[in-house]
Formats: sequence, C-alpha cells, structure tokens
Amino acid sequence: MTQPLLAATGVVKSFGPTKALDGANMSVRAGEVVAVMGPSGSGKSTMLHCLAGIIQPDAGTVMYDGKELSAMPDQPRSTLRRTEFGFVFQFGQLVPELSCIENVALPMRLGGMKRRDAEAKARTWLDRLEVGEVAAKRPGEVSGGQGQRVAVARALVTGPRVIFADEPTGALDSLNGEHVMRLLTEAAKDTGAAVILVTHEPRVAAYSDREVIVRDGHTRQVEFA
Amino acid sequence: MSIGHTLLGLLEGGPRHGYDLKRAYDEHFGHGRPLHYGQVYATLSRLLKNGLIEESGVEQGGGPDRKRYAVTAEGVTDVDTWLGTPEKPELYMQSTLYTKVVIALMSERDAQDVLDTQRHAHLRAMRELTARKRGGDLADQLICDHALFHLEADLRWLELTAARIDELRNQVTS
Ligand SMILES: Nc1ncnc2c1ncn2[C@@H]1O[C@H](COP(=O)(O)OP(=O)(O)OP(=O)(O)O)[C@@H](O)[C@H]1O
Ligand SMILES: [Mg+2]
Repeated sequence: MTQPLLAATGVVKSFGPTKALDGANMSVRAGEVVAVMGPSGSGKSTMLHCLAGIIQPDAGTVMYDGKELSAMPDQPRSTLRRTEFGFVFQFGQLVPELSCIENVALPMRLGGMKRRDAEAKARTWLDRLEVGEVAAKRPGEVSGGQGQRVAVARALVTGPRVIFADEPTGALDSLNGEHVMRLLTEAAKDTGAAVILVTHEPRVAAYSDREVIVRDGHTRQVEFA
Repeated sequence: MSIGHTLLGLLEGGPRHGYDLKRAYDEHFGHGRPLHYGQVYATLSRLLKNGLIEESGVEQGGGPDRKRYAVTAEGVTDVDTWLGTPEKPELYMQSTLYTKVVIALMSERDAQDVLDTQRHAHLRAMRELTARKRGGDLADQLICDHALFHLEADLRWLELTAARIDELRNQVTS
C-alpha cells in the first residue's frame, strides 16, 4: 500500500466554545478519490479546510508529501495551496470583476504565466467543461451551473496534486453533476491527483473509491473484508 | 417484468421466430439475465392460446423453431392497455433495516454501526453501478441510474435515521 499523500492525525479544532473537530483522522493517496460524508455541522468542511492548510488545527498534525503542513508559516503554506492544490466550493469562488476566462487563467497568471498562454489553456478547460460560450462573461452573468463548471475548470487548470471539493455539485442538476464528477475523477486517474470530496449526495459519493464518515467532530471509517 | 407483454411489443415490429424474439429480448432487456428458451416457448403458447398472437407461416423443415408468430389485433390492444396502466408504486413499508436499528437500540448495541455498515454496502453497490455506467451505452446508463436513484433513496433514509437516532432510542427504550 502506497504512502498517503495527505494525512490528518488527531486533529482538534474549536471555534470559540464549539469543538468542530475532536481528534479526527483521515488520509488520501495519490490518484484516490475519498468522499467525506456526514450530517450537517458534523465538521466536514472544517476537516477539508484543515487538510488544505486554510485553517490551522489547535492540536494534531496534517502531513502533506512528507512536510508538516500544520507547522508551516502562512507564506509558504499559501504558496503551496496555490501551486499544488485546487479548490471547488459550492458558492462564491469566482472573482466577480473578472470574466470567466480570466478567472480560469488567474491561478496561472499568479504563477507568472503570460496572459496569452494562460488564456489559451483556460479556453481548452472551459471547452472541456462545455462552458466555452461563457468565456467572456462575468460570473454574475452566467447561470449557477455554468459558474460551477467554470470553477471546476479553474481548479483543474493548474494540474493540482490534491483537489478539494466541498459540495461541488450542490448547484447542479443530476446530469451536470455527473459530468462534473466524471471530470473530477478522470483528473484523478489521469494525473494521479488525490481528490477530497465533501458531499451529501450518495450518487456523487459513488464516484469515490472510499468514504470517510464525520460525526460530531470524529471521523469513522468502516473497514470491510 | 411481464415477459408476455414485452414479447407482444417486440412482435409489433413484424412477425418473428421464437429464437429471434429471444435474441431481441436479451439484447434490449436481458442485461446479464437472458431468457431461457423454455420461457419463450411457454409464453408464446400462452399468447397463442389467448389469441394475442397467431402463427404466420412455417418454414420448410418444420420443428418448433421454424414457426413464425405475428401479433393479432387483440394483442395490440393488450399492449395498449399494459402501457396505459401505471405500475403500482412500491410502498417499501417492510424494512428489515428499521427492525435491525430498533433491535440494536433496544439491546443497547451500537445502532450507528448498523447504519454505517449498511451505508458502506450500499455505497459499494453504487460504485459498481457507477463504474458500469462509465463504460456503458445510453441503455446501460439509464438502467444503472434507475438502480442508483433507488439505492440513493435508501441512503437518504439511513442518514435521516442516523440524525434521529437519539430520539428513536428514547422512544424505544422508555
Ligand atoms: N468559522 C467558524 N466560526 C464559528 N463556528 C464555526 C466556523 N466554522 C464552522 N463552525 C462550526 O463548527 C461546526 C462544524 O462546522 P462545519 O462547517 O465543518 O460542518 P459541515 O459538516 O461542513 O456542515 P454542512 O454539511 O452543513 O456544510 C459547526 O457547529 C459550525 O457551526
Ligand atoms: Mg460544510
């Protein structure tokens, strides 16, 4: 069994009096899609944010590719997020002032790529997600489902090693949801990216290789023969 | 699945031999569970007896395989009626899983474990169907989706029950 690419061990995280995570463990290997499921408020998003280094745990460790993410200063941690991680959230992740193609090109521009090259690459991803026609529009001018696919294009365009998706299909109808899931899981199989997928929808979770259940800040993995 | 009605429906496309009907049935509806010749000929002889099909020429050589069958006007009416009659919605009022959860609670075992174990089994079945869909044609996708939506309904129930497990424990143990 290969080493996990990303692993959280004994993670504790409180927000004021609320203990969102209370000794949670989970890991993901390269090329693996793990679904994170569990009731509302159980700590799924908090888990994802800790794994992605967006928030720091109060206790416990998050290891990424041999480095302790949970002990890394802000600056290198945010560089790592930008260069090696991709994010898809349910809402409000596109920059409203930029066109859709500029949004998709943004992570590459931040990495220093020339505008023309970045937008050419962005274009191919918009086409792959079948939203090429909204390239010039701003996020406020496209439908929820189209915006979501633009966001998926932006998450995948840099070829991330880990993709974090929090309810990525929440705003989509079944058919579009399936399309997005196919692309996310293909990205994992093609490029060896790990995918961490928070979802309430069992049909979406069915695209994963295994599931982790979060309940009251604890994680639980059902092992089967 | 009503094999009789399905064979009648297939015969509406034109007269066919028994083995030909079997092939058409397996291609569209078999999905890993092909019809037995015995089933085909038993069904055909019932349809024949009820006047829903008739023999339409026998090829040289004879034998049961050589007979061709055609749908009659009564047969067409029968298909009309079948298609126009809704299937009875399945009520799912007998749930083994509900019973298991209640027994677990009554005996102070971990009912969440029961639910988690079931969820895992359901998700595994759903993964297999999803993988089959990926490589399949439109017919495979639609058939797998039908099963997937049903399994998903079970899982939604499972999640709702998990969220209300303390409430349920209080009720069954008081
Ligand atoms: N920034 C925050 N400030 C205060 N409390 C928070 C914050 N983020 C999360 N919480 C609390 O932590 C707990 C876990 O929240 P989290 O968002 O991780 O749940 P979740 O499992 O993602 O739920 P949902 O399915 O509703 O998205 C909740 O009680 C929530 O109210
Ligand atoms: Mg959440």
